[in-house]
Amino acid sequence: MKRLVKDESKCIGCRSCEEACSKAYYKVADRDKSCIKINEKAEGGFEIKICTQCGICGQVCNTGVIQPNANGVHMLNKKECVGCLMCVGYCPEQVMVQDDSRSEPSKCTACGLCVKACPTGAIQIQDC
Amino acid sequence: MIQMCDVPRYKDVDMEEIKKMQAAHVLLNKVEYEPKQIEKGYTDKLLTIDVTDASIQISDIPAEVKEKFVGGKGYCLRYLWDATNPNTKWDSPENEIVMSSGPIAGITQYAGTGKMLVATISPLTGIPIDSNVGGFFGPYLKFSGFDALELKGQAEEDVIIVIDGNKGTIEIDKAPLEHLDAHLIGEELTAMYADDENDRKHVAVVCAGSAADHCDLSMLNFTFYDPRRGTVRLKQAGRGGIGRVFRHKKVKAIVCKYQGIKNDLNHVHDISIINKTGVKYHREMATQDPKQNNMRKIGTANTMKILNDYDILPTHNFKFGGTPNIHEMEPKVFIEQWLTQGAADGCWYGCSMACAKAADHFKLKTGPYAGNCVVVDGPEYETAAGVGPNCGITTPQVILEINFYCDTYGIDTISWGTTVAFLMECYENGILNKERTGGLELNFGNCDAALELLHLTAKNEGFGKIAGMGTHKQKEYFAQQGWGDMKFMNDIAMEQKGLEYSEYGSKESLAQQGGYGLTNKGPQHDEAWLIFMDQVNNQIPTFDDKAEALYYYPRFRTWFGLVGLCKLPWNDVVPENNSLTDEPAKVPEHVDNYLDLFYGVTGRRIDREELLVMSERVYNFQRIFNIRLGKGLRKHDAIPYRSVGPVTEEEYLSRQERYDGQLVEKVGYTKEQVEQMSLQEKMAATRTYREGEYEKLINAVYPKRGWTMNGVPKIEHLKKIGMDLPELIEIVEPLQNVEP
Repeated sequence: MKRLVKDESKCIGCRSCEEACSKAYYKVADRDKSCIKINEKAEGGFEIKICTQCGICGQVCNTGVIQPNANGVHMLNKKECVGCLMCVGYCPEQVMVQDDSRSEPSKCTACGLCVKACPTGAIQIQDC
Repeated sequence: MIQMCDVPRYKDVDMEEIKKMQAAHVLLNKVEYEPKQIEKGYTDKLLTIDVTDASIQISDIPAEVKEKFVGGKGYCLRYLWDATNPNTKWDSPENEIVMSSGPIAGITQYAGTGKMLVATISPLTGIPIDSNVGGFFGPYLKFSGFDALELKGQAEEDVIIVIDGNKGTIEIDKAPLEHLDAHLIGEELTAMYADDENDRKHVAVVCAGSAADHCDLSMLNFTFYDPRRGTVRLKQAGRGGIGRVFRHKKVKAIVCKYQGIKNDLNHVHDISIINKTGVKYHREMATQDPKQNNMRKIGTANTMKILNDYDILPTHNFKFGGTPNIHEMEPKVFIEQWLTQGAADGCWYGCSMACAKAADHFKLKTGPYAGNCVVVDGPEYETAAGVGPNCGITTPQVILEINFYCDTYGIDTISWGTTVAFLMECYENGILNKERTGGLELNFGNCDAALELLHLTAKNEGFGKIAGMGTHKQKEYFAQQGWGDMKFMNDIAMEQKGLEYSEYGSKESLAQQGGYGLTNKGPQHDEAWLIFMDQVNNQIPTFDDKAEALYYYPRFRTWFGLVGLCKLPWNDVVPENNSLTDEPAKVPEHVDNYLDLFYGVTGRRIDREELLVMSERVYNFQRIFNIRLGKGLRKHDAIPYRSVGPVTEEEYLSRQERYDGQLVEKVGYTKEQVEQMSLQEKMAATRTYREGEYEKLINAVYPKRGWTMNGVPKIEHLKKIGMDLPELIEIVEPLQNVEP
């Protein structure tokens, strides 16, 4: 199974991961369009919100268009998606993206662009 | 617990059989049309089909109809009025079945946005019945270019109507071979008109069932294809016998196909506000539903135990408000043993409430499909309560079996439950006996007899012929035969205006007595479901609160049916901070959600008061429609005493402490006087008091509604709400000063 893992102690809050993610699909640097989120913690440091490939998005989808691929990554079939946004509301990490410019939401595909953009190794792709 | 991931897919239909059925079709008419693109929720087009001559017409919906009637139920009633006259009966050729979804219907981002409203002149009541239903047909009809469909006339042989919204074709075929029972014809037509398995979700079917050829309690089934289970699911436009009208016209089914579902087929005014409102609601469902009603696990049957505990669950024909056997059928039993969990059970896309639960691979024990393993849609609360405790039955397996057969035969489970409960009480009182029932021992709790009666009704055989008449006609028939005392039967027959009561015991809720009695179509809870806020949550404690609720809620709840929304997402989950708001019972944040959705779709910004006025226009139109057809006055709002207080000594004694106490606390007797009174005297005093309270309630509600004391809308009120249409004034003017 392929998925992102994180080490928040290494995060410096540069948000390079957010920029890489939003540019990948939406072609703009906008953290609201990123499937990885960096939040400042009240006590200092940063919280990294990532898709854990838990599959809840797929369970709530009544079109059945979010299915795990061979690597265990839950992929959204945009052609068949009706844009109901239930997956966005039910994502426990709140890292699915709804953007008004598109009918369908977007989710982490474990593509690794955020990992490459991270200067400290705070996020990694785990293949287990 | 049965998990969705463990449920095998259902066996596919035999495509060779489907091809034979299709080959037997005879084309009667086919038209091509250019589907009108939806703009801001409306196509402004009406499709009229007359099956007498297989004619098909497409016409414009005028702007003034849109302004006054909005859509949905408003359109249904407007076009039904125009097609009929004061003498039209349910089986008159000019009687129509009108269907319309409404402007918001078909968006996918919010829960409960796929509703269709259906109206006709009812075989049970003789006045308009309206019923709302989920499934995919409503949105697909609109995507195919029509805000409303009116079906009129009478065909000579069975026909199906097929609308293809992508190709822009409508055809009417003779269709002799398809089955009548809904679970079969639903699968057959879905497979017939889908290009392949993946295409089946683009096909929606409206059909009735084999009982609808003769049973007045018959409803319409609306399908949606469940791609995970690989089978067709059924939702019902249940109330008032619409299925009987459908089959009287010899319509076997209406099919609508539409490919390419996306969230902006309505070409809305502001999609951003719809998206944001939708995601906010889905988050609320995700976090609050597990702490509140568990709708995703059990659906509407979540209330079963609570209603039992509050003495509301109708038991033994509404005699009692609960059963000691509730543990056999309380929600956790259905969750843990019967209903598949973890399924996305929305009856339209985007319904995160997902209350359309199902029991999978349920093995039938009786009837023509005994031995088959089927999907059972439900049970909804109303079904479980009505065919369950109200008939003395608490066995889930039996409730599910009755649920399945009612659905596939096309019988309304609410009317069925209430009717059988009445027959059982008649049996136990000697009005019926084995000789009169053809050998059926209709005691409360006799599961075998209840099922056998259902199968007989579907076949129109034996005592089933009587059962299919409905409660109102049954009591008249029994009196004619000299079998029973009409006064007693009027007290215990839970019907009003000819429609059977839905499943809430209202004896201890004056608000719900009015919620049933002061309705337009008859005693169905969708207009004023006040029992929970009155008796469980105590949110409308005073007399004035109750009267005001009977003004506010029918208007508020009518609006859902104008725009294509389901009511359940309004208050079956509430925001976490709802109890801190000024009026928690109204769920203010959700009302604002609806105002945002209406604005987002139509571009028209309305406030809470304007929402109510939109409904009030249609509500008064329906009231006057009733008057036009001979009902709709104060005398027609009278209710059976069983819904008000204890009819029998057995009932009084079962709650003696309560009733004796009320004679002191509410009626004004002293404790000593009550102790001296005979049981009959106490029952008479209780009756006088309770019936008086109901009359007082009417006296308080009618003026709020702008009606005379005879229940007739006042002309000045019609002017105030912009509904002083000449055809309405013509009817109410002579009645303005007529005393009740």
